[in-house]
Amino acid sequence: MDELIKYAPDLAEGFLENVKLSLVAAVASLILGTILVAMRVSPTPVLRAAGTFYVNVVRNTPLTLVLAFSALGLSDQLGLVFSETPRTNSFWIVAMGLSLYTASFVCEGLRSGINTVPLGQAEAARAIGLTFIQSLTLIILPQAFRAVIAPLGSVMIAMIKNTTVATAGGYLADAAAVMKITFDTTGASIPIFIGLILAFMALTMPIGYFTGWLARRLAVAR
Amino acid sequence: MTENGDVTPLVQMENVNKHFGALHVLKDINLTVSRGEVLVVIGPSGGGKSTLCRTINRLETIDGGKIVFDGQVLPEEGKGLARLRSEVGMVFQSFNLFAHKTIRENVTLGPTKVRRQARAAADTRAMELLERVGIAAQADKYPAQLSGGQQQRVAIARALAMDPKMILFDEPTSALDPEMVQEVLDVMIGLARDGMTMMVVTHEMGFARRAANRVVFMADGQIVEENTPDEFFTNAQTERARDFLSKILTH
Repeated sequence: MDELIKYAPDLAEGFLENVKLSLVAAVASLILGTILVAMRVSPTPVLRAAGTFYVNVVRNTPLTLVLAFSALGLSDQLGLVFSETPRTNSFWIVAMGLSLYTASFVCEGLRSGINTVPLGQAEAARAIGLTFIQSLTLIILPQAFRAVIAPLGSVMIAMIKNTTVATAGGYLADAAAVMKITFDTTGASIPIFIGLILAFMALTMPIGYFTGWLARRLAVAR
Repeated sequence: MTENGDVTPLVQMENVNKHFGALHVLKDINLTVSRGEVLVVIGPSGGGKSTLCRTINRLETIDGGKIVFDGQVLPEEGKGLARLRSEVGMVFQSFNLFAHKTIRENVTLGPTKVRRQARAAADTRAMELLERVGIAAQADKYPAQLSGGQQQRVAIARALAMDPKMILFDEPTSALDPEMVQEVLDVMIGLARDGMTMMVVTHEMGFARRAANRVVFMADGQIVEENTPDEFFTNAQTERARDFLSKILTH
């Protein structure tokens, strides 16, 4: 217990990094996932193929490899640099890798949501003269989102927990990295494990409850 | 039929063909719809009636032939097609009201998003139309809270809100409980009297007799016979049509 109390400030600082990564990745992956699903259902074969290719490659690659590729490949080899400060740069590299990875799951979640929207909704939208983009953004996606709020909540929960592999992208400041550094000096500590588990549960459980509640509240009556 | 002095047909279909895989659903269809005309399409299920109706706003593409709407060949896709669709109202068998939008929003969506009308003007017009179809009191409800007959009347108001040159009705009363059929037909008869150009795929012979200028009988993907309602119902020329009528009129 003493170790937990002693290192709590460091661990809390690390945990704050997990929270920050989560916030960035949540916003970015929802936006990118929406763009990807628009590509996957678009009438343009090239866009459809590109969306499908992206999802199949990224979704089936282990996250640690996505992050390592982002850091070593995109940043070191290809010169993608967000900041001259290495720590800040690593933060954004990891946030980017995590967003790119999570977006493929958001895309597939939304796509199953689109499948719950009856075909007649799209036909009616086209019949009054809405363009493809208007039909998608005004009619199809709003209903698709509502159908998959709860599963998207699960994707977000998985994403939050995935922030703990930030080390794979060279970012050594998150709670898991701090925990490992702590263990290197104190030895493994069960109270620290439990403390971090509780911290993550405090972050993710409300998301589960909130999205479940929201899904019921916003359900589209048919 | 010469409203505004314009005598060119609103819709001209020439040798239109369509296949669903091996099934030849439209066979060399030649049909014109005049301005202000109410055309009723009847015939056995699977005969191609709905497909015919849906080719006019290109919800179904065609494999061969030509469809001209208001002097212009149907655009294949893109902005041109969207503009054409905004000029052709459509009422579906299953209503297809936007489930996540209120009744009022269903009616104002097209005018505000497609025609870029101001919200206030679109709202005023929507309420007039909802008044006309008798649903004004339900304007802030969602589609699922309305009966089928009410939903279909909203769907008609939604089509009217675009000031269409024509409205297509694809079996508008087939999904309704029997006691709700008449309220929808009454609205349609009102539109017909006001001079709206309409193509109506229906099994409602009463509507055809009261409101149609012309009846087209379709079977097996072909137009078998077309005539005035009186002539068609009392003196059908083809065996196929007489056979069909004998089956439905005895009920």
